[in-house]
Order: sequence, then C-alpha cells, then structure tokens
Amino acid sequence: MERYATLPVENGVLGAIRQFLAGLLEKKLVDALLVPLELPTGENVVPTIVSRPEQVQRANPLAPVLPVNAARLVSRVTLVSSSPERLGVVLRSCELRALVELVKLKQASLDKLLLIGIDCFGTYSVNDYEKSVKESASSTEDFLNRAREGKEDPLLRKACQICEYPVPMGADLTIGLLGVDLAKGILLVAGTPEGEKVIEEMGLEEAKAGERQPAVEKLTAERARKREEVLKQVQEEVKGLDKMMATLATCINCHNCKTACPLCYCKECFFDSPVFEFEAEKYLGWAKRKGALRMPNDTLLFHLTRLNHMVVACVGCGLCTEACPNDVPVFDIFRLVGYEVQKVFDYVPGRSLDEELPLTTFREEELPNIGV
Amino acid sequence: MAEEKEFQPVIVGFFCNWCTATAADLAGTLRMQYPANIRPIRTMCSGSVDPVYVLRALLGGADGVIVGGCTPGDCHYVSGNYKARRRMAILKTMLKTLGIEDDRVWIRWISAAEGAKFARTMREVTESIKKLGPNPLREDWSI
Repeated sequence: MERYATLPVENGVLGAIRQFLAGLLEKKLVDALLVPLELPTGENVVPTIVSRPEQVQRANPLAPVLPVNAARLVSRVTLVSSSPERLGVVLRSCELRALVELVKLKQASLDKLLLIGIDCFGTYSVNDYEKSVKESASSTEDFLNRAREGKEDPLLRKACQICEYPVPMGADLTIGLLGVDLAKGILLVAGTPEGEKVIEEMGLEEAKAGERQPAVEKLTAERARKREEVLKQVQEEVKGLDKMMATLATCINCHNCKTACPLCYCKECFFDSPVFEFEAEKYLGWAKRKGALRMPNDTLLFHLTRLNHMVVACVGCGLCTEACPNDVPVFDIFRLVGYEVQKVFDYVPGRSLDEELPLTTFREEELPNIGV
Repeated sequence: MAEEKEFQPVIVGFFCNWCTATAADLAGTLRMQYPANIRPIRTMCSGSVDPVYVLRALLGGADGVIVGGCTPGDCHYVSGNYKARRRMAILKTMLKTLGIEDDRVWIRWISAAEGAKFARTMREVTESIKKLGPNPLREDWSI
C-alpha cells in the first residue's frame, strides 16, 4: 500500500524539495544524500554526495539534465562494501531501474540506502541544458511548468521523449509532481515501510493520491505512442545491412558509449582485451581478402556484441548516444533491439529485484523456435 | 568453357564436446556422408559459445554458423544448453530486428548417440545456406 503526504510549497517547488532533503539530513534520517547540485556558475548541475544540510540549498534534482546515470555512481560507492551509514539517493526512473539491474548483476548494494525517486519530465543534453540556462535564463521551474502543461519540447532528448516510465518503480519515497496541484503542495509517495517511516518522523501532513494515477497513465500512454512512432522510424533508418553500415559509418571505436552505459560493468571489456591485438599479417590478410579493410576495424562487431551482452537489461537512458563524439545513434539501435528482445522474455529492466536476469536463468519449456 | 562452379558455403560449427562433437565422431565411424562445408570447432558446452564467436564468424565471412548442443535436459553441465538457447534467442532476435539474415545462424540439439541426425542436420544446414547464397558481409570492407 502506498501512503501519501504533502510537502508545503511556500518557497516554490524547488524550495520545498530542498527543505525536505535538508530535513532528512537534519533529522538524521539519512547521513548523506546523493543528489544533483547546481555548480557555482549556475550553468549546470552535477551529482554530489552531500552531508551538510546547508549544502542542500544548491540541490536541484528537477534540472532537466542527466550528465551521468547516477546508478553508476551508486555502484561506485557501494561496490567494494555497502554503505556503513544511511545514504539517501535521489534518482530518476531510468537511474533507479539501472540501479536495480546493477544490484542483480552484483555491482551495487541497496543496504542502508534510502531510494528517493522523482517524477521525471525528461532531460536535455548537457550542452542544451547549459545553453538554455545561459541564453534564456529559463529556470528549472519554468521547465517544470511547461512540461506539466504537456507542451512538446524539442530540446528533450529522444530517449526521454519515448520513455514510458516517467514514474520511478520501487522507490522508498517518490517526489510526486504528476497530476498534483503544485500550488497546494508536492505529493510525497511512500512505496515501502522505510518510506512511511520517513513521512512519520518528518511529521508531514498525510494526503490523498488525488489525480495522480490518471495523470501518470495519460503520460505513460502518450510516451508509449511516441515510442511506437519513433521506433518505426528508427527501423526504417537502420534496418538492413547497408543502412546499418551507414548508421555506424562515423563510429571511431572509441568505446565512449560503453563507458557511459550504466550497465556495461565488466572490469575489463572483451573489446579492450589482448584478444583484439592482432599480428600485422592478420590485418594485411583481411585487407587482401576483401580488397580493403576499414580501420579501426571491428566497429560493427563491437556494437553487435555489446547489444547481445547488454540489450536485455537496457533501461533506455540514452546516455550512449550522448557520449558519442560523432552522433552515432547508439540509443536508437539499443532501444529498438531492446524492445524486441525484452519482449521475448517478458522482461522489463529494473521493474523488480525479484525478476531474474534473463541470461542467468531459464525455463525448461520455452523458445520452441530456437533449436530442434 | 568450364561449367560454373556451384557455390560452396563455409559453415562454422560450434559443437559441444559431450554430445554434438561426439555425434560427429559417431557419424564418422559409421561412415556416414555429410558435406565438407562444415568447419567444426569443439567447445566444452553450447553454453560457452558467446554470441561474439558467432558474430565474429559471420562478420569474418562465414556463410553460416551452427551451434550444436545436448538435447534439452541432457546437458553435461546440467543447464548450459538452456542458457545457450536464451543467448541464441537474443542473437537471432537482434539480427532479425536489424535486418541481418538470422537464417544463417542455426542451433540444433544432437545427442552423442545421434550420428545419423548429425549427418542429416549438416546436409540440411548446407543446403539451406546454399539457397541463401554467399554472405554479403564477406566482401564488405567497411564493417
């Protein structure tokens, strides 16, 4: 059962969130918070571990930008040993889903974490965000108001435009902005006993869900419709060997997409290993056989293999495309293939910790078309 | 003028040590005929065939790849072939979605006792790949 409370908004929406987060630290409900902070220049936000309540006054988890998938950071903090103190982590849906996948992959621990999700209206690329702040001085709250009115925003990253999970799944607490009258307050949703405890200890006023559910369903349906539309278009752009090659033509094999991916966790990637160090005669041999050999070689092999290894767990955050220096639409390919592959196993990455990763389990009777 | 030579595909086979590779031996000792297009590679288990091996073969110019494992339920390592089946399902779904011929990738369960099935399957896969023609990736220098 979910329980709800209201966060009062006398100091604006962002003010209310800051006050709530500072309260968590002051009341020692958490010892530290992982949350995006505005840089001193104000031009961008960066994820930060905050321990002093006054620092929270720079917190801005609403800023429409995702410089890094914070699941990666939670993994960084909790990989060697789980957190000794209570750590609150403020995450968007794609970050929380990636974190759940990383926990399944034994790359992160949820021990002593308070998972604080936040309704997400989408994000810009880091550069677009910085430009929008510099040029139009448009504030985070302007963005929030525009997004809540349902206006199309061309600056939204494609990944966000077609993300059908605006609401985090499995959070202890969710900062609810969808279907909420923000003039009256933010809706704080407790999804677990941990979350309920916070509502009680903070002495927050209990509330009702109100119009939240219908609003969530409406946005989810809109995004899903957009996804169908976009994936169809992507298929037209990449399907078939020639188009595939054209799509990957500018790939320089820098592996940035792999680095930005929250789920690609191998300490040593197969593609960075000595397996791909060949003798000169190999290169010349390939060149002789084909007449020419594109260098660096094995770009298609890299992308197809990464798809095979990761796509079933892909949460669709789109940071692979953001990381590409040459605008290869890596996300488009992953989302398209991910959608089809995840359907095969009826798997939604990050939906639940209880669902096993498809590649770590099996059913005796399944996939009748594979192998006879 | 010499007759135009029939296309002879190159097919890489990844055969599990305990079943399909043993079936290949059996087919041999039984003097069963099967096409010489197969390039067998023995692996310890079909579950140890990472999709990257299959992709490497295809992108490197093989016309087809066949993975052979124990029949479901009979894996020497209990569940390797079930896992292979899931991997191949992902691989084939991916290839199909991207419009790369997934018909060039086969997976078959052939137990150590099925020498005849081994020979028959090798004939089938060879015929099927012959119909598909040469792998277009073989000549593509830009991949």
